[in-house]
Amino acid sequence: MTLLQIAFFLLSTLALASAIMVITRRNAVHSVIWLIVTLFSVGGVFLLLHAEFLFAVQVILYVGGIMVLFLFVVMLVNLDVAAKQAQFNRQWQLALATAIVLMAELAYGIYRGHEGFTLAQASAAPATMGNTQAVALALYQDYMLPVEIASVLLLVAMVGAVVMAKRKLE
Amino acid sequence: MAENALKFLESQPLVFALIKILIVFAVLSGLVAYLVYMERKVLAFMQARLGPMRVGPWGLLQPVADGIKLLLKEDIVPAGADRWVFLIAPAISVAAAFTCFAVIPFAGNFFVSDVNIGLLFVLAVSSLGIYGIILGGWASNSHYPLLGALRSSAQLVSYEVAAGMAIVGVLLISNSLSMVEIVTNQQKMGVWNVFLQPVAFVIYVIAAVAETNRNPFDLPEAESELTAGFHTEYSGFRFALYFMAEYTNMVLVSCIAVTLFLGGWLRPFPSVRALNILNYMPPVALLGAAVFIVWLGRQSRVAMERLFFIGLAVVLALLAGLVAIPVVLNAIQGVFWFTAKVMVFLYAFIWYRATFPRYRYDQLMNVGWRVMIPVALANLVVTAVLRYFLSSHGSASPAARLIGF
Repeated sequence: MTLLQIAFFLLSTLALASAIMVITRRNAVHSVIWLIVTLFSVGGVFLLLHAEFLFAVQVILYVGGIMVLFLFVVMLVNLDVAAKQAQFNRQWQLALATAIVLMAELAYGIYRGHEGFTLAQASAAPATMGNTQAVALALYQDYMLPVEIASVLLLVAMVGAVVMAKRKLE
Repeated sequence: MAENALKFLESQPLVFALIKILIVFAVLSGLVAYLVYMERKVLAFMQARLGPMRVGPWGLLQPVADGIKLLLKEDIVPAGADRWVFLIAPAISVAAAFTCFAVIPFAGNFFVSDVNIGLLFVLAVSSLGIYGIILGGWASNSHYPLLGALRSSAQLVSYEVAAGMAIVGVLLISNSLSMVEIVTNQQKMGVWNVFLQPVAFVIYVIAAVAETNRNPFDLPEAESELTAGFHTEYSGFRFALYFMAEYTNMVLVSCIAVTLFLGGWLRPFPSVRALNILNYMPPVALLGAAVFIVWLGRQSRVAMERLFFIGLAVVLALLAGLVAIPVVLNAIQGVFWFTAKVMVFLYAFIWYRATFPRYRYDQLMNVGWRVMIPVALANLVVTAVLRYFLSSHGSASPAARLIGF
């Protein structure tokens, strides 16, 4: 086993183990901490795949940004009360069905292995170009319109959140 | 580029990197300890006091005494605390602060690593430090720490946006995320980024002060309202870790500001031949320090202290002699200028603390969201537009042409 493989197995084990911890902790803050560990390990896997830009974005956005807001909200919730309260969504049948479908898909994928999928040809970036430049060129030249549409969508969501948070509009 | 970096790493024995990491870690720890001493001294002088004087000559051994004291103190975990989180939180803060130095180029010939996402790496890792604060404040299970942690996270998240946008302004004109290349690019353009991005520089400095929780943005630990903020319940060495993290972060943001805006390890006016005499600054500065120490020692009435100061002056003078050797002088040139610039920043940090009154919380948020972020955004848009029009005429360094270089 090469050093890379060891690192990969270490990181993926960590990601999976901490993901299990996320759903088994009773304390929501602990769940958030384990989720941070999961996201960080996944970032490490990106790094192993030479996707250093994805790693940075993963850490900056998910670990450093979104999870901070998660913690922020969870900390303000009275955890003792929240843990004792009954779950308010009663749609476990639907959840179960979705989970089973997902598991079946995963099992099929693992059973068939590499041949189970038709993978698109990975676009070969010029050797002189870093991962960041390659991503930037793809996003802002080849896929300009979808990126713009997605960003407008995010802007709308942001404005909507501000409107909803501001109860009365002056 | 990633393959190249990996090949380089494989060809290079890891031992080499490890030695560099150890050097950086050791120097930083010492610097942080003496930064606290410097802060106490400078604040004292600004308030017409003497500051620490008792431990060692001029209180020079105060950091050592403080360190030993903090190490030997009892490590208290409050009864209602979330034990594990409480124990881990300070370590997160310190680890995040120190890890960032892996990509800081202290000189053209001395940096731990040069990765092609260097700047993003710094942003990513330093944003982890906030967890130390939030988790520490929450795990203490106490009112003041929780309030301090909430304030702190709101503040850090707000000012991170402004700092990030200021940094993007620099990225636009330097075409690279690698810290080393950002500096060499300034050398190529013949002008420091601060002259091309003055607005971004001011925004970054303000945001940096806010992100290190320093005065006038030290609301998370406003002692008149929140006791000690998020680390109220911490004592002994864990408190020391938080303390270290704060000062390490001060050094870090100074290093980033110097690298991005002030030409990193470059000497002032590196392209002006007439100022080559500045290359002899390192030995001159050391000699100056030696003379100052002799002058200082003459004021002491204790014979032992006089002896100590004279000894120190002799050591500095010898060092000056060593540095004056051309080979050594060349090797040390970058580190000297980098350190000098960082020191100016660190002094300014202390200066702010002695000068500005603390912001009120709503003022802090107003400044952050209604002034800093819009100005940073405007700067970004203007820079991008100028960059576009100037580069479409085939200039290699559009920003330099902008001001006539």
